Amino acid sequence: MDSIFFGRRALLAGGAGLAAAAIGRGAAAQGAPIRIGELNSYGRMAAFCIPYRNAMQMAAEQINAAGGVMGGRRLEFVFRDDGSTPGDAVRVAEELLTRENVAFIAGTFLSNVGLAVSDFANQRKRLFFATEPLSDALTMAQGNRYTWRLRPSTFMQTRMLVEAARGKTQKRWAIVAPNYEYGQSAAANFKRLIGGAIPGAEIIAEQYPALGRVDAGATVGALAQARPDAIFNALFGPDLTAFVREGNTRGLFERRFVLSLLTGEPEYMIPLGDESPEGWVVTGYPLDQVEGAEHRAFVEAYRARFNDTPRKGSLLGYVTVQVLANMLNRANSLDNEVLVDTLRDLRSDTVVGNVTMRGIDQQGTMGTWVGETTQRNGQGTMRNARYADGADYMFPEEEVRAARRA
Amino acid sequence: MSVEFSFLLVQALSGLASASSLFIIASGLTLVFGVTRIVNFAHGSFYMLGAYVAVTIVPWLLQIERSPTLFFAGVLISACVVGVLGVLMEILLLRRIYKVPELFQLLATFGVVLMVQDAVLKIWGPLDIPGPRAPGLRHGVMILDQRFPAYELFLIAAGPVVLGLLWLLMHKTRFGILLRAATRDRDMVGALGVNQALLFTGTLFLGAFLAGLGGALQIPRVSASAQMDLSIITEAFVVTVIGGMGSIGGAFLAALLIGQLQAFGVLIFPKITLVLVFLLMALVLVVKPWGLLGRPESAAGHTALPEGIMQPRGFAVAEKLLLLLAVLAAASVPIFGDTYTIKVATEVLIFALAAFSLNFLVGNGGIVSFGHAAYFGLGAYASGLLVTKLGMPMEPALIAAPLAGGFFAALFGFFIVRLQGIYLAMLTLAFAQIAYAVCFQWVEVTGGDNGIVGVWPSAWAASRSAYHYIVLVAAMAGILALRHVIYAPFGASLRAARDSAQRAEAIGIDVRTHRWLGFTIAGAAAGLAGGLYAFSKGSIDPTLLGIPLSVDFLAMILLGGMQTVMGPVLGAAAFHSIKDVFMPLTDHWRFLLGASIIALVLIFPRGLGGAYAALRARFSGGAP
Repeated sequence: MDSIFFGRRALLAGGAGLAAAAIGRGAAAQGAPIRIGELNSYGRMAAFCIPYRNAMQMAAEQINAAGGVMGGRRLEFVFRDDGSTPGDAVRVAEELLTRENVAFIAGTFLSNVGLAVSDFANQRKRLFFATEPLSDALTMAQGNRYTWRLRPSTFMQTRMLVEAARGKTQKRWAIVAPNYEYGQSAAANFKRLIGGAIPGAEIIAEQYPALGRVDAGATVGALAQARPDAIFNALFGPDLTAFVREGNTRGLFERRFVLSLLTGEPEYMIPLGDESPEGWVVTGYPLDQVEGAEHRAFVEAYRARFNDTPRKGSLLGYVTVQVLANMLNRANSLDNEVLVDTLRDLRSDTVVGNVTMRGIDQQGTMGTWVGETTQRNGQGTMRNARYADGADYMFPEEEVRAARRA
Repeated sequence: MSVEFSFLLVQALSGLASASSLFIIASGLTLVFGVTRIVNFAHGSFYMLGAYVAVTIVPWLLQIERSPTLFFAGVLISACVVGVLGVLMEILLLRRIYKVPELFQLLATFGVVLMVQDAVLKIWGPLDIPGPRAPGLRHGVMILDQRFPAYELFLIAAGPVVLGLLWLLMHKTRFGILLRAATRDRDMVGALGVNQALLFTGTLFLGAFLAGLGGALQIPRVSASAQMDLSIITEAFVVTVIGGMGSIGGAFLAALLIGQLQAFGVLIFPKITLVLVFLLMALVLVVKPWGLLGRPESAAGHTALPEGIMQPRGFAVAEKLLLLLAVLAAASVPIFGDTYTIKVATEVLIFALAAFSLNFLVGNGGIVSFGHAAYFGLGAYASGLLVTKLGMPMEPALIAAPLAGGFFAALFGFFIVRLQGIYLAMLTLAFAQIAYAVCFQWVEVTGGDNGIVGVWPSAWAASRSAYHYIVLVAAMAGILALRHVIYAPFGASLRAARDSAQRAEAIGIDVRTHRWLGFTIAGAAAGLAGGLYAFSKGSIDPTLLGIPLSVDFLAMILLGGMQTVMGPVLGAAAFHSIKDVFMPLTDHWRFLLGASIIALVLIFPRGLGGAYAALRARFSGGAP
């Protein structure tokens, strides 16, 4: 990182240097590199996206050092900021395909950006490997042949949480979620599923603060006034910190059961520090408790390379590259039609175990961890965490057929 | 019933705590505006910097001793640091541009916003940083049967204390008296021999200090994050406008009102926080055009010459050639350029039409709109919904775009054109935000923030080149039509109304109707641009109505030169090209975009079109 504002270039050059050094060892990649366009909100959503990009770069370096893909070709990512708006993102995607001659595109964070790029990819008949947008619509009602997603969707993650609440007795539920697609659809999924897990459960209060500007005092007050037995939370980031602090001081969480989406991800857990709640059931990434030599090697390599612990974004970036490399090796072609056909029901061995790109809704079975929050040395972490394999929480097949036919 | 009462009491206290915080921030904004007349977008950045500096300094101080004294000392130090940054901004930037049109100053401060955002990410990293809780105020206090945070009780007190201190400063010190005088008539203050530079520097210190204090005081409640600036700046603006720009007491009143409205509003309409403050602002401005405690602007010493198009000239021969060349260039893009170049060229044409329509209002009519993207977006939505929901083909859907833009411009404009200056601008913003919220919230019809995809052109126009030609023809037709109106008597009447409403009335021009019609025409043109944009992207979503896009349009006309007729076209091309060059280079393209904006404001204080006009005047040897 020799210059302040051109970190990406410096990193790319660094990657090239590493690969060049590896050539001497004989196993390194040769032939024209395979370029993949990656567009994401590296500026606006930096907390998630920078660790994500780091891990992608690391994975590509490792693969190239080990001989590349498709019989010895180097894997190369061209990273671009997507501007965080659909309008900018579609232009950037066009630039990647036309100017940078990438084989296909991947990435995006916000759901509206992901959907716009997905429709663009469909129009241009090019593969779009959506990594982070959680919107159910991406693989359901607005799914198309060229769009595939790896990360578990809002529905899948909500379903994991609701399953974890099975057998609880709390009937009166309050919902708090950010007022945009992710929050709205998390709340809708929760309403739909909770009755199945806890018969007789009812929603007695709902709060939808605007994203990034929760008025924590008023929101906590309104929730407490409804006197719920349990709370379903979908806030994250700065909203979550403000909400938890206010709730702790006012005793909102005392003797209440809380289900909380994403809260266990290091991105959102670390800022909570010694305010981290005790005993919430959350989805997240307790990286120190994940078994498996491969995963441990990933964590070690990341630490050595970036002097930081990986985040959930890093894991996602790493698994993405593993799946893409597997796809390229199997397809042995850059024809996007072939790539899409290869992805259909493609099984890949990754650091989180087996991941299948289910063909019917083009959704990956990558899962996430479900566990309880707790504190250790003034830092939030998870306990009793188990890996919930995404394959067990997908939309039922008939529902997918109905949604995608429309 | 006692339970109910205790809840209502605590909810009201929550509202007071928010109000207090909001007031501390807004008081700085209103002070700076009152004295310097600068609409300081960077005020939100100072707030954010206050929080970031505090989460750095305060934990360090608390390591020495966990005492409340050190905590609050840290908060004050942070506020002072931010105050010094405010002074730096005044000396390095604002001082050089006091003489340029007010809108340029706004644009320059917006450049600062972009730069600070990326600088913060670079310095403090992307992760949110939680601050320490205040020692001794960590606990909750029982109020009747409800627990309430002690720190918020402290905040409730802090607002009135700041108000009191400001009152003392304004009434009991020489500096304060000069501040008040400058708020009333800054030229007079200058004429009486007061050192204006020092006065303005002091004002910026105070304003930034208050913003920094507001941010630093928030650290026990919210973590410092790089999105804090934009979330607070609109609210702070709303408070200052509802209170009356420049009125500290008004800001206090408005903050109280908003705090209570938020606290109780979420009980009845849990999704309304997005738009509540803007509804309130629209309501207040429709009833009280100068805010609750504001004074009419004419009394505030507004003696500057009107800004904008003064004498529209016809094209000289050389310019006709240039124009022909530009049109030829735009028309030959599909022949020589790759598909990406075509896409960028198409977007430039669309933005040129949108910017031209905005300058029709700003430059020709003196109606500064902060919410022009609303009509652009509503046009896009009209086209997009007709295509996707009713299965209409592109051609009639494109005709609906200007109709929708014009209709809503007429609806909102009816209220907007009654106001003047900054209040008018803020009402356009309020209506834009209300329209944005409707598109955002009405998920069944508009698809919510995901928007709607599948808005593609008819088969014959589907190729990039074919669509480029459609846009070229439509945008040129729109621009030439608007240009014709500028030169027509109607355009001259608008200029007359801009320069002196009274005199225009006196010679028989119905000022309000003219302005209303002008607003409607501009809205229709923006709507057409929006419809064209929707088909070029294949999707619609609420960001098309958002504040950032409105600001982009303003940046385009200012870069191009709002006192020239064709400048906005140049500005749209320049702005879009800058963005296009920097975005692929680095994640920190916002920093470079901000720096370019500031550089352009400093080098070409009258925009690119203005620079050209000056050049032309020099070479033709005549008067400008």
